[in-house]
Amino acid sequence: MTTPVEQERTQPEAVGEEVAAEDRPWQTVVWNDPVNLMSYVTYVFQKLFGFSRDHATKLMLDVHHKGKAIVTSGTKDKVEADVAKLHAAGLWATMQRAS
Amino acid sequence: MKRWIRDGDVVVGRLDRQEAAVVRGLVSQIQDMLLARAEEAPQDELAELTGIRTGSSEAPDDPILGRLLPDFHRLDDDAPDPDEVNSAAALRSLHEPELLDHKTGAAETVLRTCSPDGGEIRLTIAEAEAWMSSLNDVRLALGTALDVTEDMPEELPPEDPRSPHLGVYHWLTWVQDTLVEAMSP
Repeated sequence: MTTPVEQERTQPEAVGEEVAAEDRPWQTVVWNDPVNLMSYVTYVFQKLFGFSRDHATKLMLDVHHKGKAIVTSGTKDKVEADVAKLHAAGLWATMQRAS
Repeated sequence: MKRWIRDGDVVVGRLDRQEAAVVRGLVSQIQDMLLARAEEAPQDELAELTGIRTGSSEAPDDPILGRLLPDFHRLDDDAPDPDEVNSAAALRSLHEPELLDHKTGAAETVLRTCSPDGGEIRLTIAEAEAWMSSLNDVRLALGTALDVTEDMPEELPPEDPRSPHLGVYHWLTWVQDTLVEAMSP
């Protein structure tokens, strides 16, 4: 006899700091690389996330000048899916917890 | 090659025979690398039963494949966070099969629509997106192999062994850029 595996585990967190870490959203980070075209990166941001041309251009310029930009944030599942889409487009993207 | 032009739902370009041979040759090579990587994926009965495929959990050793199939976390080279190392391995295993399908499928579209004889190329919007993605993969691969930097000159000194290949890289950059321009809303 068996019971279904619990789908969502809610673990009581004893330490305040840990609770705070769990609450922090995830972020999708795009890193600068010397190959990807500025025009292409802007196109990908518009296409994948529905950003306006101005917003996509601003994020692209942040990647270019600052070395990286946070392009989306939210739940782990959402950000994981966004990173997967960016990898399919050939961009160098990673995910991290908001600090 | 003339620049790509979009006419409604059709994107039109033209390659001569030699240009078509360059594109097809490079796209085939990348496709072969990606298919070889896909074959290395662990085979297990459980995956066959559930239909949930799992890819390799380890990043490729090859720097070109490493660039085409990046980690999901930015791991510190010297002291990676063990939790992030585990998470990156799990996420790679989960997502890599689909990523490989996407990239080999885009390569297939290019090979199907680019005649070895060259000539006019007429693409649907979906096919044009596959071309963009595949040309980008080829440039990422060449850029990695040539150790391209952001301030790479148009030409390298003739004695540099990378010199003849850099011309191909810059040409592909132009082909991709005019395609992006034609496709941009």
